[in-house]
Amino acid sequence: MRVGLFITCFNDTLFPQVGRATVAVLERQGVEVDLPLSQTCCGQMHFNSGYRDECIPLVARFTDAFAGYDAVVTPSPSCASMVRHYHSTVARLAEERGRARGLMDRVAQTGPRVYELCEFLIDVLSVTDVGASFHQKVTFHPTCHSRRLLGIGDRPERLLRAVRGLELVDLPRSESCCGFGGTFAVKNPDTSTAMGDDKVHDILDTGAPVLTAADTSCLMHIGGQLSRLGASVRVLHLAEILASSDAAAVVST
Amino acid sequence: MTTDTGSPRPSAPTFLGMPPFPDAARSALADRQLRANLRHATTVIRTKRLAAVEELDDWEQLRLAGAAIKDQVLANLPRYLEQLEAAVSRAGGIVHWARDGAEANAVVADIAQAHQAREVVKVKSMATQEIELNEALAAKGIDVWETDLAELIVQLAGDLPSHILVPAIHRNRAEIRDIFQRMMGQVGRPAPDGLGDDPRELAEAARLHLREKFLRARVAVSGGNFAVAETGTIVVVESEGNGRMCLTLPQVLITVLGIEKLVPSWQDLEVFMQLLPRSSTAERMNPYTSTWTGVTPGDGPQEFHLVLLDNGRTDTLADPLGRTALRCIRCSACLNVCPVYERTGGRAYGSVYPGPIGAVLTPQLRGINQHPVDAQTASLPYASSLCGACFDACPVRIDIPDLLVHLRAKVVDHKRATRRVPTGEQVAMSGAALLLGGPVRLAAGQRLAGVASRVLARDGQLRRLVGPGWVGAWFRSRDLVAPSAESFRAWWKRTRSRPRTRR
Repeated sequence: MRVGLFITCFNDTLFPQVGRATVAVLERQGVEVDLPLSQTCCGQMHFNSGYRDECIPLVARFTDAFAGYDAVVTPSPSCASMVRHYHSTVARLAEERGRARGLMDRVAQTGPRVYELCEFLIDVLSVTDVGASFHQKVTFHPTCHSRRLLGIGDRPERLLRAVRGLELVDLPRSESCCGFGGTFAVKNPDTSTAMGDDKVHDILDTGAPVLTAADTSCLMHIGGQLSRLGASVRVLHLAEILASSDAAAVVST
Repeated sequence: MTTDTGSPRPSAPTFLGMPPFPDAARSALADRQLRANLRHATTVIRTKRLAAVEELDDWEQLRLAGAAIKDQVLANLPRYLEQLEAAVSRAGGIVHWARDGAEANAVVADIAQAHQAREVVKVKSMATQEIELNEALAAKGIDVWETDLAELIVQLAGDLPSHILVPAIHRNRAEIRDIFQRMMGQVGRPAPDGLGDDPRELAEAARLHLREKFLRARVAVSGGNFAVAETGTIVVVESEGNGRMCLTLPQVLITVLGIEKLVPSWQDLEVFMQLLPRSSTAERMNPYTSTWTGVTPGDGPQEFHLVLLDNGRTDTLADPLGRTALRCIRCSACLNVCPVYERTGGRAYGSVYPGPIGAVLTPQLRGINQHPVDAQTASLPYASSLCGACFDACPVRIDIPDLLVHLRAKVVDHKRATRRVPTGEQVAMSGAALLLGGPVRLAAGQRLAGVASRVLARDGQLRRLVGPGWVGAWFRSRDLVAPSAESFRAWWKRTRSRPRTRR
């Protein structure tokens, strides 16, 4: 199986350790991972902010970069849902405007082969126990796009529960949005921060020293508010926990 | 915004001239009492709704049916409207067509004046609030009395509604007692001496105050939750019984109805009578459902007028995706689950339709499909983190996040077409698109960011950076993880490229 890693521009630039952890998790399962270097961005920020014209070349680039892979795996449910749900909308617009001919067909071929990491592990590889160990209390924030848009359900929790030594602490009101919302965070900064404040206090109330989620974008926002408060909660992407083992300590750099 | 002054008549504020959402939200967010009231109320309703919905194992099928019926109506609206008009006329009602609020208001005022009415009683209605009927009638010297408990509170306080179903959600009971004590006596029967803030006492005070008005008024104005096209029957769904009073006691009844409120048949109504109460008040069935068809000699109002209101709905209909917002049955489930609404309250939306549905409905009713809109209206599609809770809760499956993004594109396209100088946001977005246009540019940008963060970051975080626009907006309340010195792709190339390139 040819597996292409869709790292996302966000992780590529800000959280390279998440990419390294994702590669480690997949390779431990015997998956040979390839990184097509022509990839840049799925276009979500432009699309969700109303800049659809700018989105067209990004979608075209994405489909070209990942054509020919049996599966495309990404450590971002948010970007995965952009590809699976909205690339077709962009492609339709492109055809309407006479740009990027044939994009609809290409999108229809690539989209269904894109998997978020938890989906790929559980649904494609049929693995729940990835052989990780992590000896700490962890609380988990189910991000909105993972639950509601992509519908990955409790897959992240199932993976976390199988990690040796890990104690999963329930996060109160976990279904409530953290307030990131892409450009919402800067176009409505006060509301975004108010939502983040409540999330941060719920996290601190759990007493867990580690917060994890399947999406780094939400973690960047929550982590940014935790850091501003001087809170000592460690913020880790799910892949970083799944990559850690007694032999290879967490998040090697 | 709240004007609790002791004027002889409650003032009639309007949403006109409200600042854009981010600014309006800022003042709401600073009001700790408001946030506590909202959090409590939305959490209670949210939990109850979930329980009410979970009782039905065919809830998803009901949602699908509700959406399908509404879509069918919207796709054949002219036919159903003419069918309704014919049925209402046959049953002795008089049908009026109003292109906009001004026309509808004029129709209602003319009817009231023809009966020398100097006051009207009102059933809670979103359509009449949308067209600011109360203000229009007041300008002609006609007093309008809201008879829904929460609307009464809002009216007495000279306040603006902040929720579709519970418009005084932003008030707690102590505030309500104060409003009753201060204002009731100025417009009718005063609140009883020594009024407490027990809900039963407050309701009794309202009952006594309103009873006098029900018995005196000769003209009533209502909206309608549904209109059954096949028989010309109007349906009002309510909880308090005030609606039943208005619909039966006065001699003249005027109903203002948005043209999207139709259902083809009574059998279709069945679906919505299951969807609406559970979604709005979390009840299996609401206490009062009134239905009437034209006039019945010797029973109830002897003159019935139906005002069919367009006011932007036909324009909304023109957009195949945008029109799904017209499925809305005003249950307000989306408000109650919305994390943005929970923090800002309804008034920040600057419209009688607040919350997620307001953010997609208001801009369309105000014409975003046809022309650029004002800054306040243009800010509404952005008043969401796109978390999707509204779509999950919507009983007629309006994909609100999808619509928000769809309307954002209209805002951007209008700006592009009308502005000579691009906004800062447009420049930033073009810049980002350029940077992401290819791997060489992206890698160069990443290297630059890595160098910059080595200068600016402390302990891997960028803290309190000062800058214009989005930079300042982020760093006012949050740190940012510093871009790594080595991007992922750089690491990959360094460690993997040579021996393990593409097969």
